Amino acid sequence: MKYSIFSLARAAFSGHKNWQRTWRDASPKDRYDVVIIGGGGHGLATAWFLASEYGIRKVAVLEKGWIGSGNAGRNTTIIRSNYGLPGNTGFYELSMKLWERMEQDLNYNTMVSQRGVINLYHSDAQRDAYARRGNTMRINGIDAELLDLAAVKKMMPFLNFDNARFPVQGGLLQRRGGTARHDAVVWGYAHAASALGVDIIQNCEVTGFVRDANGKVTGVETTRGTIGAGKVGMAVAGSSSRVAAMAGLRLPIESHVLQAFVSEAIKPLIPNVMTFGAGHFYVSQSDKGGLVFGGDIDGYNSYAQRGNMPVMEDVCEGGMALMPMIGRVRLLRQWGGIMDMSMDGSPIIDKAPVDGLYLNAGWCYGGFKATPGSGLVFAHLLARDELHKEAARFRLDRFRRGAVIDEKGVGAQPNLH
Amino acid sequence: MRIVCPFCGERELGEFTCLGDAKPLRPAAGASDDEVFDYVYLRDNIAGAMSEHWYHGGGCRAWLKITRNTLTHEISAVEPAAGVGARSAAR
Ligand SMILES: Cc1cc2nc3c(=O)[nH]c(=O)nc-3n(C[C@H](O)[C@H](O)[C@H](O)COP(=O)(O)OP(=O)(O)OC[C@H]3O[C@@H](n4cnc5c(N)ncnc54)[C@H](O)[C@@H]3O)c2cc1C
Ligand SMILES: [Zn+2]
Repeated sequence: MKYSIFSLARAAFSGHKNWQRTWRDASPKDRYDVVIIGGGGHGLATAWFLASEYGIRKVAVLEKGWIGSGNAGRNTTIIRSNYGLPGNTGFYELSMKLWERMEQDLNYNTMVSQRGVINLYHSDAQRDAYARRGNTMRINGIDAELLDLAAVKKMMPFLNFDNARFPVQGGLLQRRGGTARHDAVVWGYAHAASALGVDIIQNCEVTGFVRDANGKVTGVETTRGTIGAGKVGMAVAGSSSRVAAMAGLRLPIESHVLQAFVSEAIKPLIPNVMTFGAGHFYVSQSDKGGLVFGGDIDGYNSYAQRGNMPVMEDVCEGGMALMPMIGRVRLLRQWGGIMDMSMDGSPIIDKAPVDGLYLNAGWCYGGFKATPGSGLVFAHLLARDELHKEAARFRLDRFRRGAVIDEKGVGAQPNLH
Repeated sequence: MRIVCPFCGERELGEFTCLGDAKPLRPAAGASDDEVFDYVYLRDNIAGAMSEHWYHGGGCRAWLKITRNTLTHEISAVEPAAGVGARSAAR
């Protein structure tokens, strides 16, 4: 169905009882041109771009649970393109531009809100680093403004400006950054892809690969039977190593847990997305009023989708350092998601060393903002067998070649990214 | 998660830091590029019981080898990490 003011009015007159399903709950067919493993944001976006941009419509997305039950539905919804390294700048800006037209493209309200993302700085060295990053962004045609203390005070008068240890000195602002409603992004892509004939198959776990005599992947074994495929793309986020292992591959990836937190709802307080550059804390306020925040990963390998107390404490301390008054706000809920932390903190988009298999992995804790861009460049790779120009540096062999993209500059240990 | 340190007894997680998989061994000098690449970048990333190195920085400051299930966070064994110092300290 197509959403419009008329469909809304029609549904309102019948008491909102006659809304149709937004996507078809499909059953597996014997064979597809492309099978995508993983019904998160990236898998669904890839399917939609395959159908809409590259004309490949015999596509299935296989999801072991329900779509959006992975990180797509667990993240803190921040979108931005304030990256400084070649490879990243262009890719995240491509993604940002796709966010800006997503609702029109998908005919779905994904609540993209360009409320601005500000990274606070607390020392001269940090200011210089942010100034440099801002300049890099602007050279690449991306918006960035370096704010001084007075400008930050005007924008966020409620911050603790008397912090002796980490005084706020200013911030790097990207006004086009912001948030999007993560569940709606999943549903929007499912809605639009399904309308173009893509089969979205839930409760269908991939348990193995079908290979021919030459070792080429020609399909997948699933809990709902064997499905043949011309090509198989995997976009399984925190499960990348486990799924790749079924094809005999070892990846430069570790799975780690990241927690997110939501407070009880309060009146509008935080106008944008804010990061506390001295520690690791970031916060925004949801449209329902809850403060949505997070910080560091827990620091050890995990597949448990559950975090531990020391990081909760650390994150809350970061928040208190910045805004002591939130100490009286109650924490409503907390959860964890499993991210595939790559060894340089950047994604891997490439053909796998096994024929017929394609990798979309290593998004770490920053892949939500990449959802539309990732979908486009992965669809490009699957359709054309060559890397999209904005994903040309995300190749798997960059680690071997020493061409890592280490945006944070903290080396080859995933728990440091 | 709480960890029973063989030297200090049961302590809370915040006292410890995890270094990760205990399996990769630093290649000898003169190792091939493949061996070095493997050691630095590739991981088994086990879903299940995994042997890891942890540092008890908030306590005895010993390095420990811990067997932990990455699916449940359950810890089944804690022992001093290999090395003459650790072994004699454990006696
Ligand atoms: C707490 C938290 C906060 C975050 N905050 C942000 C943020 O603010 N901004 C940002 O940009 N990024 C953020 N991220 C990162 C971001 O969420 C991820 O990088 C991104 O969602 C990963 O892509 P995805 O949506 O496709 O993954 P997922 O939604 O995890 O999709 C992968 C899917 O694959 C399925 N799957 C796995 N194995 C199989 C199998 N064998 N067969 C079938 N299906 C399988 C899973 O069930 C899952 O649904 C955050 C992550 C977390 C955990
Ligand atoms: Zn100890």
